[in-house]
Amino acid sequence: MSVLIYTENFDGKFKKTTFETVSYGAEIAHQMGTTAIALSLGSVADNELLTLGNYGASKVLKVNDARFSNLDNQAFAAVIAQAVEKEGANVVIMSGSNIAKAVAPRVSVKLKAGLVFAVSGLPKNLSPFTVPKKVFHGKAFADVVIKSPVKIISLAQNSFGVKENRQTAVIEAFDAKIDDAAFKTKVTSVEKSTGKIILTDAEIIVSGGRGMKSADNWKPLEELAGILGAATACSRPVSDEGWRPHSEHVGQTGKIIAPNLYIACGISGAIQHLAGVSSSKVIVAINSDKEAPIFSAADYGIIGDAQKVLPELIGAFKKFKAEN
Amino acid sequence: MNFDFTEEQIMIKQAARDFAKKLEADVIERDYKAEYPTQHIKELSNLGFLGMLVNPKYGGGGMDTISYILAVEEIAKIDASVAVIMSVHNSLGCWGIEAYGTEAQKEKYLPQMVTGEKIGAFLLSEPEAGSDATSQKTLAEDKGDYYLVNGTKNWITNASSGSVFLVIAQTYPELQHHGINALIVDKDMPGVTIGPHEDKMGMRSSDTHSVMFNDVIVPKENRLGGDGFGFKIAMKGLEGGRISIASQAVGIAQGAYERALQYSKERKAFGKLLAEHQSVAFKLAEMYVKIENARNLVLKAAWLKDNHKPYGLAGAMAKQYAADSAMEITTEAVQIHGGYGYVKEYHVERLMREAKLTQIYEGTSEIQKIVISRQILRA
Amino acid sequence: MKILVCISNVPDTTTKIKLTADKTAIDLANVQWIINPWDELALTRALELKEASAGKITKVSVISVGNQSAEPTIRKALAIGADDAFRVNAEAKDAYFAAFQIAEAVKTEAYDIILCGIESSDYNGSAFGGMLAEFMDHPSVSSVSNFEFAGEVVKVNREIPGGYEVVEPALPFVAIVQKGIAKEPRIPSMRGIMMARQKPLKVVEAAPAEAMTEFVAFEPPQPKAACKMVDPANVAELVELLHKEAKII
Repeated sequence: MSVLIYTENFDGKFKKTTFETVSYGAEIAHQMGTTAIALSLGSVADNELLTLGNYGASKVLKVNDARFSNLDNQAFAAVIAQAVEKEGANVVIMSGSNIAKAVAPRVSVKLKAGLVFAVSGLPKNLSPFTVPKKVFHGKAFADVVIKSPVKIISLAQNSFGVKENRQTAVIEAFDAKIDDAAFKTKVTSVEKSTGKIILTDAEIIVSGGRGMKSADNWKPLEELAGILGAATACSRPVSDEGWRPHSEHVGQTGKIIAPNLYIACGISGAIQHLAGVSSSKVIVAINSDKEAPIFSAADYGIIGDAQKVLPELIGAFKKFKAEN
Repeated sequence: MNFDFTEEQIMIKQAARDFAKKLEADVIERDYKAEYPTQHIKELSNLGFLGMLVNPKYGGGGMDTISYILAVEEIAKIDASVAVIMSVHNSLGCWGIEAYGTEAQKEKYLPQMVTGEKIGAFLLSEPEAGSDATSQKTLAEDKGDYYLVNGTKNWITNASSGSVFLVIAQTYPELQHHGINALIVDKDMPGVTIGPHEDKMGMRSSDTHSVMFNDVIVPKENRLGGDGFGFKIAMKGLEGGRISIASQAVGIAQGAYERALQYSKERKAFGKLLAEHQSVAFKLAEMYVKIENARNLVLKAAWLKDNHKPYGLAGAMAKQYAADSAMEITTEAVQIHGGYGYVKEYHVERLMREAKLTQIYEGTSEIQKIVISRQILRA
Repeated sequence: MKILVCISNVPDTTTKIKLTADKTAIDLANVQWIINPWDELALTRALELKEASAGKITKVSVISVGNQSAEPTIRKALAIGADDAFRVNAEAKDAYFAAFQIAEAVKTEAYDIILCGIESSDYNGSAFGGMLAEFMDHPSVSSVSNFEFAGEVVKVNREIPGGYEVVEPALPFVAIVQKGIAKEPRIPSMRGIMMARQKPLKVVEAAPAEAMTEFVAFEPPQPKAACKMVDPANVAELVELLHKEAKII
């Protein structure tokens, strides 16, 4: 019996979401009276692997194999399933990332293990094993029973938090048995914008809606994001108009985000938009329409034209940053 | 009795609603600038809304009147100008040719009309004769193998965007309305002049012009129906057109109601939501009942038409009640919005201007009451 | 070459979510049903690919697991342009069950490309596509935001943090798509709607299978506290509140 946590690395480094997943897995292991084992695929330095101990992992299985530097769903799933079987794990924890979405379902079928996505907290019950999850993008919550002997949980980002729980982790090399032929997808090129803060990682997001009026008005929004170390995002009409790329669209059919601070500029707050941002810890809304539904979801509001308010805000945040 | 829509009718309504969503982005601007919705009409035709009633033999959708009015309502809810362009093209233009045209006429015009390549217009009103089709001043003199057309038509929807004109004109003045003919006139025939764009109160995104005919030679083969049949065609056309205008009025009213409902659930006054004030809640209740009544009248008229039963009275009732209700409902929607209702941003002032036209064109509310009263008195 | 698009029948995304009195289910009375938005984009892209393929793609099929009440949604997919459809006659108990059923239903059909959306808008699972690929033993690529042919080779963009990777999968494969795969969902044309009933919709009986998960209870979200308004003439106050009250900066 054990809890196995699949840990994602980004070019050999772990991020906050990885530590959150480990923290969460360690807490479940604690509840079950067992140990938390982290699994890492690809090239990650040992001193980086050891940081997983800070969040409660007592063992780190490493598959130091360069073939895992690119995601191949089938091959990754095969190795994770092997590790689960080797460790006799009965709970498998993954993040809520795109990698989890790509791999976890395949592991589920391989192990005949029930899988739940968008889990929003610790199990409510270990027998029957019941986890809470968001449904309808947070318009309701549900309790789901996983009926199979092995259970797979994908944790919604920022729903547990990073919790320190220092353990001395031991690293164990895991010799996964996988043929080259198992890798059936080939990455031929990578396009990555450098130096930009990634939307789903961002602690702060500054977002613009139709109220920004045109693509040319994004300058101050970007400036504010720069000052706050924030990522920029937009509402659906903005990406549909082509003012901003689709990758910046947050909302029900775009990206679901959960930053600490979400600043919505000129976004009216259609129900589909709110579904994608309502997990933000604090929402600030700037809108000229005082009746805009965004204010019902916001913690702080400013009634005013975003284009006029933004320069003021930039000044105020600049002053704050200089003083703090 | 069955009040359920078919799966296809529901799908058509949804398709029209999805299309209409795109109209919302620029409806205020187009209304302000009185700009024709060229791109939207292109998409409207790509989706098949421009020939939806026409027999599939000519490339149309072969749909029933109920499907059609459901689509008109959904579109009018967002943008009544697009609804009227569609309505005149379908209910008057395509319908006239399909119902009364020869096989050659149908084959010549309908395939291009269902694709939107050619838009239809219906030329009845004159400077001195609105919906009164009996006193036509425009002449179509019989010159043997052609008609020589002279005169002026007013308030013509689709006049500059359209190219297939169904022109109602007098050939035998001594026979009065029995001497009227309906002719298919191609806009580019020599002697056809389009007057200036009318600067209208509402439906500003549809193009309305006067059209002048100066010694226009129209071949005999372009006559629709028998010699002297024009008045009947015009009356029949208006009979069907009314159902479509009535559903447009229902759409306008529904649009205003939905906006008022939304606003009254968001906006507070005297410490509570507008909707929690009984005076507002009652207004909403009255709107709701009127819309339901109007829609049912329209649906019944459409059902009668689909089932080949007389629908003249039903259509007149639907048009009069739906148009007058739309005027009342949009006015109340502006009232509920208060000051916000009086500015363009909140749409309801536009809907109010649009509602006004439904009481006027294709037979004023008073004309409808003449039709209704004549029928009930005759009975 | 044949493409299969898996579609799920879900409540309209603007549906106001109500629970049943005993809170064990979502109250689905008076709900309007739609094609899951990501699946609808997948279908749109499949049709675009077929139209651009100059006859190389011979067929786009759709499949869904559901009882008869799902047929209007399936017929909408036919109206949008799919050539034929399958319905596995069963309530889709969970993604595992649905993926198993679809794998069984199409195992002899030899589809070259299978498309489905990355998530369902109702229960927010993201499991179906990967599970289907595993049941069928096909490669899969998830988070696909672009799908092109380069001659005989399929090239898809897989979204990664900060950008995308171009991935070439071996066929047959499952593409699990997200926003961007098609610009916007297609509206069915009048002709498409009238033809939908004439297209084949084959009902397949479900194979024996169990669900792995079960929803046992639901609850509404916690109500949010009222929004605190800040004077636009004094935005410094907002900075102060974020710092001292929300402790977020």
